[in-house]
Parts: sequence; structure tokens; C-alpha cells
Amino acid sequence: MQLKNNNQSVLQKIAPFIGLILIIVIITILNPGFLSVSNLMNVLRQVSINALIAFGMTFVILTGGIDLSVGATLALTGAVSAGMMASGMDPIFAMLLGLLLGAVLGAINGIIIAKGKVAPFIATLATMTIYRGLTLVYTDGRPISGLGDSLTFQMLGKGYFFGIPIPVVTMMVSFGILYFILKKTTFGRRVYAVGGNEEASILSGINSDRIKIYVYSLLGLLAALSALILTSRLNSAQPTAGEMFELDAIAAVVLGGTSLTGGRGWIVGTLIGALIIGVLNNGLNLIGVPSFFQQVVKGAVILLAVLLDRKKTT
Amino acid sequence: MIKMTDISKSFSGNKVLKNVDFTLEKGEIHALMGENGAGKSTLMKVMSGIYTRDSGIIEVKGQKVDFTSPKQAEEAGIAVIHQELNILPHLSIADNLFLGREETIGRTGILKTKQMEKKTHQILLDLGLDVDPSDPASTLSVGKQQIVEIAKAISVNAEVIIMDEPTAALTDREIDNLFKTIRELQKRGVSFIYISHRMEEIFSLCDRITILRDGEFVGERKISETSFDEIVQMMVGRELGDRFPQRKSTIGEIKLAVKGLNRKGCFEDISFELRKGEVLSIAGLMGAGRTEVVQSLFGYKKLDSGSIEFDGKQVKIDTPKKAKEMGIGYVTEDRKSEGLIVDFSVEENVSMTNLAAISKNGLISKDKERKLYDTMVKRLGIRTSGPHQAAKSLSGGNQQKVVIAKWLGIEPELLILDEPTRGVDVGAKKEIYSIINELAERGVAILMISSELPEVIGMADRVLVMHEGKITADLSKNEMTQERIMHFATGGEKLAVEEQ
Ligand SMILES: Nc1ncnc2c1ncn2[C@@H]1O[C@H](COP(=O)(O)OP(=O)(O)OP(=O)(O)O)[C@@H](O)[C@H]1O
Ligand SMILES: [Mg+2]
Repeated sequence: MQLKNNNQSVLQKIAPFIGLILIIVIITILNPGFLSVSNLMNVLRQVSINALIAFGMTFVILTGGIDLSVGATLALTGAVSAGMMASGMDPIFAMLLGLLLGAVLGAINGIIIAKGKVAPFIATLATMTIYRGLTLVYTDGRPISGLGDSLTFQMLGKGYFFGIPIPVVTMMVSFGILYFILKKTTFGRRVYAVGGNEEASILSGINSDRIKIYVYSLLGLLAALSALILTSRLNSAQPTAGEMFELDAIAAVVLGGTSLTGGRGWIVGTLIGALIIGVLNNGLNLIGVPSFFQQVVKGAVILLAVLLDRKKTT
Repeated sequence: MIKMTDISKSFSGNKVLKNVDFTLEKGEIHALMGENGAGKSTLMKVMSGIYTRDSGIIEVKGQKVDFTSPKQAEEAGIAVIHQELNILPHLSIADNLFLGREETIGRTGILKTKQMEKKTHQILLDLGLDVDPSDPASTLSVGKQQIVEIAKAISVNAEVIIMDEPTAALTDREIDNLFKTIRELQKRGVSFIYISHRMEEIFSLCDRITILRDGEFVGERKISETSFDEIVQMMVGRELGDRFPQRKSTIGEIKLAVKGLNRKGCFEDISFELRKGEVLSIAGLMGAGRTEVVQSLFGYKKLDSGSIEFDGKQVKIDTPKKAKEMGIGYVTEDRKSEGLIVDFSVEENVSMTNLAAISKNGLISKDKERKLYDTMVKRLGIRTSGPHQAAKSLSGGNQQKVVIAKWLGIEPELLILDEPTRGVDVGAKKEIYSIINELAERGVAILMISSELPEVIGMADRVLVMHEGKITADLSKNEMTQERIMHFATGGEKLAVEEQ
């Protein structure tokens, strides 16, 4: 938001970028294969789902909120869309229905938080359980497959556009739109305002409840979009899909330098944060770190990055 | 006691202090004055180790010092009460007072809560505040929180106490008690640096005065050898003229009429009328319910009952958004928590209330936003290093102007101002008065809450006095005197205008 404010904040903003480069350099030294085009595409594709959710999470966190229910939202919307398709509904219609459901589930979070004045952490902890439970009820605990061969649906997760995986294209297009919204629109400005000082925002005539409901809806919509990509890639909807996705998304946002107290941060940082996580996931595999130990390294890197960031700000 | 020589300090290339000299003698009360943004607070922060200076020498009791944290300054006997309050609202009053130097049983870390509470009670009583020290600090009014801050500084047995606008939120009685305590401590050899924009206070309390202008040392005087006018002259660098500018407005038809407004526990049976071009002031002690009344008018707090007529039409104002759309502006009392988004730039703060006007189809126009900023900065004489300066790094007075700027942008028909000149320097005060006058002359109805009686009398066409949630008097221009307003503010009998 205030890139031009002073030198310190510029430094703060490029810190995640430097971190990303550093990790890439280290991994490449240990295994030059990392930099191959096919592997990089692979990384980007793996990143795209987390990034989409993290973009939405950025909006939510900028308003001073948090959403733990996104993983469950992903599972439920994926399952419902898949269920519709499996039962023979027009795939396009089923997908739109899934997106709409995502927005509605998000809006429910937003309404509970804004109108019910429940702390976002608690509200979404509860809806996380509810949405996950509904998924299990709907799927009866079993994966849904047999989704037909609609080209649009298949392309969404598996297709290429001029050699670039469609999920990556979707991620970049969404990034562009969301970046624009945050930077140039009154809605974006209000998101920052509500997170920066809700009382002052209300007293300036801003309807903060509405802004909150919108950001949770947006996140729900993006979670549903991720669900469709994931379902398409796996050719089935898993009732356990999206478990822990909320944590990866929050980690990406925080790695990108957005403040958990709201009002400060930017979506470019989130993209970089998501890339850091994706590069780590892929790189640790490539350099042969045992999978159990990977988690330890990943956690440590996140911690280190955030600590370094804090050092710079003070 | 303290000698600062040749102090310079800049923030990202912006020179805020330029070779400033400052000397504090033992046992004196030394005033520091200057316009908003002159560098007073910055100088004090440099002295107490919050900011590192770019150059210059600081000596305490003849010894060169280099504080790198406020803690070190405190250990050297220098306590600072900052312009911004540092109260932790959820901790008890006693916890706040003893924060960081709690009394414990030996080294166990077990708190001697009872003992600390007893001491707190005594210290606060000396300052004329009788409260239960185990209550959370958030139950205190801003003014009383300020007193807790003062008590904190006093209780560390500091040799030097720096007070940065301590009285901005205090009532007259609280100020009296504070001054008594200061004089008491002075007799015990404590020295004070006292920053304030209130001339009367400086003259009744201080021994010497140092004046800064635009980050430069202008001069030092003995209070007994200087005058009001000389100080103003030194501060602003020119003659200022009348304190309250003339207004030539014609009072028109009724803009706002409220009848029987009630809000449980806050105020009851509030009725008044406000006309176009009129400046109506609400006077009263802190806590009389004035802010709650205007917040209810603005749709921020709910009304239990009562009716509001705007332009002769019955209206219901249930959100600030609606109030804004009707053309009502509200310059809030507490600029930090209600007026500004401190992390936002000045430009973004000004835009806050005007997003619709500077955008098309939801897209913000950079040009329009900059134009609005430029207009407002010029119109109000706001001192910034540029549109991108963060609001939090502005001086207090300039922050206040930014809050006013927010609302001038909407071209309000009714402007509510809650303590509009708190913490604002003499020159800027006059500018704000001129703006109010200019608005009134254009037919804007003005509702102004103020605790400064000279300001009420100098500016208002009519004054409502409130006491404990009720209107106790409605005085016209020629009925207003300080004594009269104080009489009703402290609960004198209702002097109904219709009876006269
Ligand atoms: N942290 C900061 N970063 C950038 N500029 C700053 C910072 N702190 C203060 N300034 C600038 O330094 C100047 C002096 O500010 P300071 O707060 O010392 O003024 P002041 O004399 O205390 O004014 P007031 O009477 O309004 O409190 C102002 O122009 C302000 O914008
Ligand atoms: Mg100051």
C-alpha cells in the first residue's frame, strides 16, 4: 500500500523475494535439476492451488480476520460439484454451482463474524468442523469419481495453454485481477481501511460489515475454484481433500509480509510466500530429504523467514 | 541538569531538528513551545533515547550521555509522559502503574498485589483521583488515564519529568490537582519540561520557556520577563492578531431539530435546534455525555428514543454511512482511535470519506485523489513531507487537521466537531476557527463540542451546557460567561430559556 512511504518499508517488502531467491539458489546448488523447465512448471502447478487460496486469505487477513475453514470449504465444494457431475448434470453448470456454493459458505463465515460479532478464529474453527462434517455426510466418507469427460472440466486441472499448465494460468490471471482490485479500487482501499482501524472506518461512513462479508465470500469462491482444479487433476473428489490447506495459505500470507493484525501487507508478497512453500516442497524432495524430515525443515524455514522479517521491521 | 547542544535529527531526509540547544536547570519548570510540527516531541524523544540523534551532545548533570532506550533514561532519573497514552486497557490500574517494576516477594516473581494497589491508591489520591486500583484501566476516562500516566512518572522518583501535552484531555479540576502536584515536587527539587499549547497554563506554571520554530531554536525567556504576544510572535514568526476571527454569517432556517433523545446510561431528554449558518456549542465537563449525544446523531451509537428532523423532514440515522450521505460530517474527539488510520498515508486518510467522489465504477482515480489532497493541504495548511507520509508520523496538530480535511471534502451541510482544537497550536487554532467561520458563512450548520471555555465563548452563537447526561442550560451569545457555563456544567439548576 505504501511502497513509496520510506526506504524501510521497501526493504521490508523485498525481503520475502530475497528469501525465495536464496532458497532457490541453495536447492539448485544441491540439485541443478531443479531449474529444468519441466520441473519449474511442475512447481508452479503445485503452487497454484495454495496460491489461489492464499490470495483470498490475504484479503481476509488484511481486514484483521482469519479463516480456518477454507480447507473444509474446498472439500465440500469439490464433493458437491463432483457429485453433480457424476449424477449427470451439465459439467459447466455443476462447476458454477460449486463456485456459488463456495461463495455462500464464505458469506456464512462473514455474516457470523460481522453480524454475530464472533471472533474470526472461533467462528471459522466451528464452520471448519461443520463444513468437513457435511462433506463426510454428503460423500458418505468415500471418494466421488466417474466425473465424465467434459473437455472444459478436464482442461481445468490437466490442460495446457501454450505450454503452460492451465492451473498456473488461472493462478496468474486471478493474481492480476486481485492485485488490481486491492491496489486500484475503492473496495481494495476499504479492505485496508477496515483492517487498519475499524472504528475510524465506520466513522468515515464505510460499511465494515459488508466489506468483511465480501472478503470471506471471495475467499470461499477461490477455495471452490481450487477445489475444481484439484478435482479435475485427480479425476475424483476426496472427502479428506484440503486438510491443512488453511495453514499453508496462512503461512504464505505471513511469509509475504502481511501483518496478522490487519491493515498492512500486499498480495505480491503472498504470491512469493506461496512460491517459497512450493519450492520447498518440491526442492526438499529433489535433494532427497526424507519425507518425515521435510516437515521439520519446512516449519523451520517458515519460522526463520518470519523472524528475519520481524528483525527488519524493528 | 540537562544540557542539549547542537541537536539535529532528520527522518528520511526531512530535517526535523536543526542545531537545537536546550538547557534545563535543576528545580525549574521549563516550558517548551512551538507550533505543531516544530519538533518539540521529537526533541524530547531524542533526549530520552527513543530516537537516536544525527548529531549534537546531550549532557545530564555534566556527564555526556547516549541513551539508547527509554529504560536507560529512566534509570538516569528522566521520566517521560508522552503525548500518546501508553495505557494497557485490560490490566488493572495498579498493574499499569507498576508495569515493568512490579513489587514481588523476594525474587520469586510472586506479585505483592495488595501492597501495589494500596500504593497506587495513595499516589492517585494525591493527584485527586479516587478510584479502585484493581479496576481495569479501560474503565477510566481518557483524562483519568492521563493522570495514571502522570502518577507513573512521579512514582519512579524521577529527577526530571517531561510532560508532553499532559492536560489536553484533563478537566479544569484535574488540571488544578496536577499543577499542585507539580509545584509540590518542584519544591523537592524535581525539574520539569512542560509542553503545552495553552498559553494560560504556561504563564501560571512555568519559570522559563524555550521556543522552537520549524525545528530551530528561536529563543529562551524567563516567563516573568516575557509576554503572551512576544511568545506568539516568536512561535509563528509574525503577528497573529485577534485570537478569534470575526464571522459575518446570517443565521438561516432550521437545519436540525432533535426532540427527546434518550440513550440509557448516557443521556436523557436532549432537545435542541440548530440553524443554517449557526455555530452551536455543547459545553460541559468530561463525561457529561456530550460525545455520546453527537455520536448518536451521527448514527454511530443507537438511540433508545427520540426524534430527529433534518431539513424539516423526520429522519432515522442508524449508520455513519447514512449520516455522511445526508451531508453530516463528524470530526471525532480521539484522532488516533477514531479519526485516523495511522498506518495510512495522509492522502489515503483524506480520501477515506471521499472514496465515492474520487472514483468511478469503483476505480480510484489517482489524479482526483491527488487533487483532493492538494486542495485540502493548501486549504488547511497541513504540514507534511508529502502525500505519502504516514499519518502516524505527523505531529499531533497536523493529525487533527487531517481529520478535519477528511470531512471538508464531502462539503458537509452540518459539521459536528468534537474538541476540534485539542493539542493544536495557537496559529493553527486560529486557522481552524477561520475554517469554521467560513463554513458557517456559507450556511453550514456547526455543532461544536468544546471543553475550552474561551473557545466556546469566542466562537459560539449559542451554547448548550450539559451535566450528567442532561441539558442544564441553553445560553445565547450575550448570556455566556465562563462563570455561568461552569455553574451549569457542574449541575446548577436548569435555567430554561422559555422562562425568561
Ligand atoms: N517517525 C517519524 N517519521 C517521519 N517524520 C516524523 C516522525 N516523527 C516526527 N516526524 C516529523 O517531525 C516533525 C516534528 O514533529 P513533532 O512531533 O516533534 O512536532 P511537535 O512539535 O511535537 O508538534 P505537536 O505540537 O503537534 O505535537 C513533524 O513535521 C513530523 O511530521
Ligand atoms: Mg508533539
